[in-house]
Amino acid sequence: MRLGWRDKTVLMKKGAEASLYLEEWHDRKVVMKRRLPKRYRIPELDMMIRSQRTAHEPNIIHRAKEAGVPTPTIFMVDVADANIVMEFVEGKQVKEVLDTVSSEERLRLSRLIGRMIGRLHRHGIIHGDLTTSNMILTPHGRVVFVDFGLSERSEELEPMGVDLHLMKRALHSTHYKHAKECFKAVMEGYAEEVGQEETKKVTTKIREIEKRGRYVAER
Amino acid sequence: MPAKHSEDSYCLGIESTADDFGAAVVSFDGRVLSNINDTYMPKEGGIHPREAARHHAEVAEKVLAEAFETAAVKPRHISLVAFSQGPGLGPCLRTGATAARALASYLDVPLVGVNHCVGHIEIGKLATGARDPVTLYVSGGNTIVSAFEAGRYRVFGETLDIAIGNCLDVFARAVGLQQRRGAPFGAVVEELAREGKRFVSLPYTVKGMDLSFSGLLTAAVHAFQSGQYSLEDLCFSLQEVAFSMLTEVTERALAHTEKPEVLLTGGVAANRRLQSMLAVIAEEHDARFCVVPLRLAADNGAMIAWTGILAYRSGVSTPIEKSYVNVKWRLEDVYAPWVEG
Repeated sequence: MRLGWRDKTVLMKKGAEASLYLEEWHDRKVVMKRRLPKRYRIPELDMMIRSQRTAHEPNIIHRAKEAGVPTPTIFMVDVADANIVMEFVEGKQVKEVLDTVSSEERLRLSRLIGRMIGRLHRHGIIHGDLTTSNMILTPHGRVVFVDFGLSERSEELEPMGVDLHLMKRALHSTHYKHAKECFKAVMEGYAEEVGQEETKKVTTKIREIEKRGRYVAER
Repeated sequence: MPAKHSEDSYCLGIESTADDFGAAVVSFDGRVLSNINDTYMPKEGGIHPREAARHHAEVAEKVLAEAFETAAVKPRHISLVAFSQGPGLGPCLRTGATAARALASYLDVPLVGVNHCVGHIEIGKLATGARDPVTLYVSGGNTIVSAFEAGRYRVFGETLDIAIGNCLDVFARAVGLQQRRGAPFGAVVEELAREGKRFVSLPYTVKGMDLSFSGLLTAAVHAFQSGQYSLEDLCFSLQEVAFSMLTEVTERALAHTEKPEVLLTGGVAANRRLQSMLAVIAEEHDARFCVVPLRLAADNGAMIAWTGILAYRSGVSTPIEKSYVNVKWRLEDVYAPWVEG
């Protein structure tokens, strides 16, 4: 049973692990996330991995929503077929707008993003792929976090540091003009949510993580 | 600037990172003239670092003599000595380093300390002609997915606990398998896995780009002890889970970097099943699949000699006073000016 799929299917994004399709489902615009079979795996294991992840992602999305972080509404989870049908979030990727909005709005967005990341971490959720293309700015000015495909649950400092480090790297690669002020605002927002002390600890961690990638130039 | 060297120049490479003591003579134009190895075989259990180091000290003279003899190169014709400086087991590394220092000063030639992980990548590139690959380096001590970016081999993913080779070795020992000379534990597990038919569900742990094998190992051993599964099915399932994890992370690095090649190197590269999985993702991403030849897969002196030559030719050498071993030397800590990219 295909639960009323229409023919109008548009491929939005083809990833290494899953593909996103824009669909119409019961007269509603939805996103279908499909985890495709991998030829290198034996079918039993392939099925197991795809279904586990298909069950895991909506679960974390739901927990994030409970924590107060806007995420898409899940309409249907088809574990056997490794499909998730979720709300199509109207708006623009933060990636597209961050460099073009006014500097006040840019700082507001950055602080808001920081608060949301802090909220995720406070509830033991590591996003795992924090980039500005995984955040949607709605017409109401909210930021919705999408794609929890690489997310995990952890209370430890290390993955939180890595999460923020990835955010910083994404800002520097995609929004290099404003990266510094944006990340500073992200961390301010983060501190509003988790407190100064925790923020200090995670900032030290980020520095430590960065140092792992930097060395003496000559031996 | 280092002196000019022709194809008549030779480098002696000494490898002693773990259970292998190896010596090789490689010419500056990349011909492996000899590659001699002697492996420490513990009577039981894993590698005892001090026992392994004692083994290395005992066989060093014989292995070195054989390396010169096979290559038909006299020690006085050597113009460079390279040794494995880390990462690895301290006592073992120090044995090789001591031999290298002694030879370099006796022959009055420069010394180069080589990073063992870089050695596995460079010998893979030399042997297969790969130029700029995503490399999966799998062995008893290391599990690393890397690619060259801005002067260094960057680590995209790695194990968070034990190496894949270690996982297979410990499992094999725990279930009572024996390794033989020429058939290490990995090969024994692979043989049995080919007879396996029923897939036993075991924990699959990929965290972002990183991997974890310790939970998988424990679960596989427990499954064996439960008596419910045949050893063949368990070897099969262990390989399928572990290698799928490795392939998934390699594919992600490949998709991210869009490199034109996938290189499989290190001792576990000898496994046919792992090779076949990586071949699939290479094909799907239009990349050439390269696998290090069997004789250069496990730890060996040739990879150290060749990497020493590359480093030396780009102006890197290691004065004796800085030739202390570095047991935790990370791959990405090595500045690699000889690589174009």
